[in-house]
Amino acid sequence: MLDTKSNERRLTVARAMAESIAQEMRVDDRVFVMGEDIGDLGGVFGNTRGLVEEFGKDRIRDTPISETAFISAAVGAAMDGMRPVVELMFVDFFGVCFDAIYNLMAKNIYFSGGQSSVPMVLMTSTGGGYSDAGQHSQCLYGSFAHLPGMKVVSPSNAYDAKGLMTAAMRDDSPVIYMYHKGLQGMGWLGTEPGANVNTPESDYTVEIGKAKVLREGTDVTLVGLAMGVHNALKAADNLAEQGVSAEVIDLVSLVPLDRETVINSVAKTGRLIVVDEDYNSYGVSGEIITTVCEHDISKLKAAPKRVTYPDVPIPFARNMEQFCLPNADKIVAAYKDM
Amino acid sequence: MSPTKEQQLWMYENMVVSRRFEESIEKIYMEGKSPAFNMANGPIPGEMHLSNGQEPVAVGVCAHLTKDDIVTATHRPHHQAIAKGVDLKKMAAEIFGKVTGLSGGRGGHMHIFDSNVNFACSGIIAQGCGPACGAALSRKMQNKPGVAVAFLGEGAVNQGAFHEAMNLAAVWKLPVVFVVEDNAWGISVSKADSTAVPRNDVRAAAYGMPGHFIENNDPYAIFEIAGQAIERARAGEGPTLIEIETFRLAGHFMGDAEGYRPEGEKDALFEKDPIPSMRERLLADGVSDAAGLDKIEADALARVEEAIQFARDSEYAPDEDALTSVFAA
Ligand SMILES: Cc1ncc(C[n+]2csc(CCOP(=O)(O)OP(=O)(O)O)c2C)c(N)n1
Repeated sequence: MLDTKSNERRLTVARAMAESIAQEMRVDDRVFVMGEDIGDLGGVFGNTRGLVEEFGKDRIRDTPISETAFISAAVGAAMDGMRPVVELMFVDFFGVCFDAIYNLMAKNIYFSGGQSSVPMVLMTSTGGGYSDAGQHSQCLYGSFAHLPGMKVVSPSNAYDAKGLMTAAMRDDSPVIYMYHKGLQGMGWLGTEPGANVNTPESDYTVEIGKAKVLREGTDVTLVGLAMGVHNALKAADNLAEQGVSAEVIDLVSLVPLDRETVINSVAKTGRLIVVDEDYNSYGVSGEIITTVCEHDISKLKAAPKRVTYPDVPIPFARNMEQFCLPNADKIVAAYKDM
Repeated sequence: MSPTKEQQLWMYENMVVSRRFEESIEKIYMEGKSPAFNMANGPIPGEMHLSNGQEPVAVGVCAHLTKDDIVTATHRPHHQAIAKGVDLKKMAAEIFGKVTGLSGGRGGHMHIFDSNVNFACSGIIAQGCGPACGAALSRKMQNKPGVAVAFLGEGAVNQGAFHEAMNLAAVWKLPVVFVVEDNAWGISVSKADSTAVPRNDVRAAAYGMPGHFIENNDPYAIFEIAGQAIERARAGEGPTLIEIETFRLAGHFMGDAEGYRPEGEKDALFEKDPIPSMRERLLADGVSDAAGLDKIEADALARVEEAIQFARDSEYAPDEDALTSVFAA
C-alpha cells in the first residue's frame, strides 16, 4: 500500500530490486545477473548497486553490447538449470534482440511440450518525461504483453518491486520485469516520491497476476500501472475535492492479467478510465476496456475513456513531450467528459 | 596522402568549432540543474553525450567527403555533424528543442538529421551500419557517385548489426567505410572487458576487406588512412574498416561520475589533447603563424556563439507539433 508511516523502512524501487536479487543470490546459487553496466556501475538505473561487491564478477556479469547474445544465452542457461536475471537497459532496445525474447524465451516451454522450463527474469526500464526522445522513452507494455509465453509485471512502488522480483526469480517461466525510470528513486532522472514506500527487510513475494485496489471509491474506476498509478492517485485526490469518489487499481501484472478485480470494481462504480503511458492504440487500455465490455457492458453508465500516449513517436522537446504524456489533469478532464 | 595547407587549416578550424560548441553546451546543460542534478531540467534536458577529445576522427574522415556523401552517426554525434557541414545554428536549436531546430525539436541531441548534407543519426548502438550500406547501394543502383561512412564506437562492434552490415558491404562491394571510434569505454565497460581482441581492425579479415588501426588520435594519420579508404570506395573497390584510438575527455554522458575510470587516466589524456598538439604542429610546420591560428580560434568561437544565441532566441514549437510529421508530407 502506498500509505506509510514515518518510522517505516522506506526504500527506493532501485534499492528494493537490488535487495531482492541479493537475498535470492545468497540462498540460490543458480541465480546470476547479466547486462550492460550492471557491475561496477551498479546499473544505469541503480537496480544492481552493490551486487558485484558482494557476489563478484562471475555471478554479476557486465556484458558486451550484444543483447541478442546475452539474452539468448540466458535462455540457454535457464534451460540448463540456472536462473538468470538479465537486463535490457532501456526497453526501447528490444528491437535488436527481440527474437531471443519472443521466439526463444517465450516459446521454448511450449515447443518442448513442457519438458523444459525457462526460469529467467528480463528486467528492463521504461518510460519518459525527462526529454530522452523517441528511442529512450517508450513503455511498450502492450508490445510485450501481446505475445504469449512470458509473464509481464511492472511495479509502481518499492514494496511491490521487491516482492515481484523475488516472485519472478522463483518462477519457472520467463518474466519480463518492466521498471519505470521515473519511479526508480534516481534523483538525476527526477523521481516520484510516492514510489518510495515501506519495504520489509526479510524476503517475501508479491503474487504475479494479482491486481491491487489502492484506493476504494464508488463513482469511477481508474486503472493504471507503474507511473500511471501515481497519476491516477493524484487525480483521485483532485476528484475527491470535487466530491467524486474514485477507486484506483494498480494492475501490477499484465500477464497474467487480473481481469476479475477490474470487472468487480467497474460493477460497483459503473465508470472506467484507463491510464497508460504506452501508445494509445492496440495496447493495455484497449485490453482493459474490452475486458469490461465483454463481461457485461450493461454495468457501464458511460462510455469508457483512456488517457494514454498518442500514436506518435516521442518528441525530444519538453513542451511537446509533456503535451503528449498522461497526467492527473487529463484524467480529471476525462472524468468530466463522461 | 597528406593534407594540403588548406585541408590542415580546415581540420583545425572544425576541431576548434566542435570543442567550443561542446564546451558551450556543457555549460548551458548545467543551467537549471543545480543544486540538485536532474536531467529533466534546464534549457537543454535529457541525455547529453559530448565528443570532447574525439574531434580528430570527425575531421580526418570528413575532410574527404562532400555534402553529397552520406554519414550515419551515433548517440555522440556533434563532432561528426560539424565536420560533415550540418547547419550549426539549426543543430544548436535542435539540441535546445526549438522550432527552428533541424527537426523542429522532435529529435534532440541524439537524433541530428540534416538531409542537405546527408547526415543521419541513431541512438541505438550500431544501427547506423545498415543504413550506410543501403545508401551506398542506392548510389550504386542509381549510378550516382557517393560514399557512405558509418561511425560507431568500439563498444558497438560487438553488436550483430555491425557484423551483418560488414558482410553485406563486402559481398556487394559497396562504397562504405566503417569508422570505429575507440575511446576505450562503452559507458562503464572497458574495451578489454567486452571485446575478445585488443584491436578491431583484425575483424576486417573475416569479411575480406582491408582493416586499419590508427593510434594516438592523430588527425594526420586519420586523414591519410581515411583518404585511402574513401578513394578505394569511390573507385568501386568496396568497403574498408578503420579503427581509431581516440580520447573520451568527458563522461559517458553529462552527470556521469566516472568512478569506474582508473585514477589518472583522464589526466593523461588531457596531456595529449589533440587540439593544442595540432596547433603546435601547424606552427612547427609553418602552415600558419600564431596570429593566423588565433584568428581561426576567434572565428570558431564567434560561430559557436552565434549558433547558441540563435538557439536561445528561438521559440519552442507549438505543443501540437508533437502530433505532426509522423508520415511523409
Ligand atoms: C542496442 C543498444 N544497447 C545499449 C545501448 C545503451 N548505450 C548507449 S551508449 C552505450 C555505450 C556505447 O559505447 P561505444 O559504442 O564504445 O560508444 P561511446 O559511447 O564510447 O561513444 C550503450 C551501451 C544502446 N543505445 N543501444
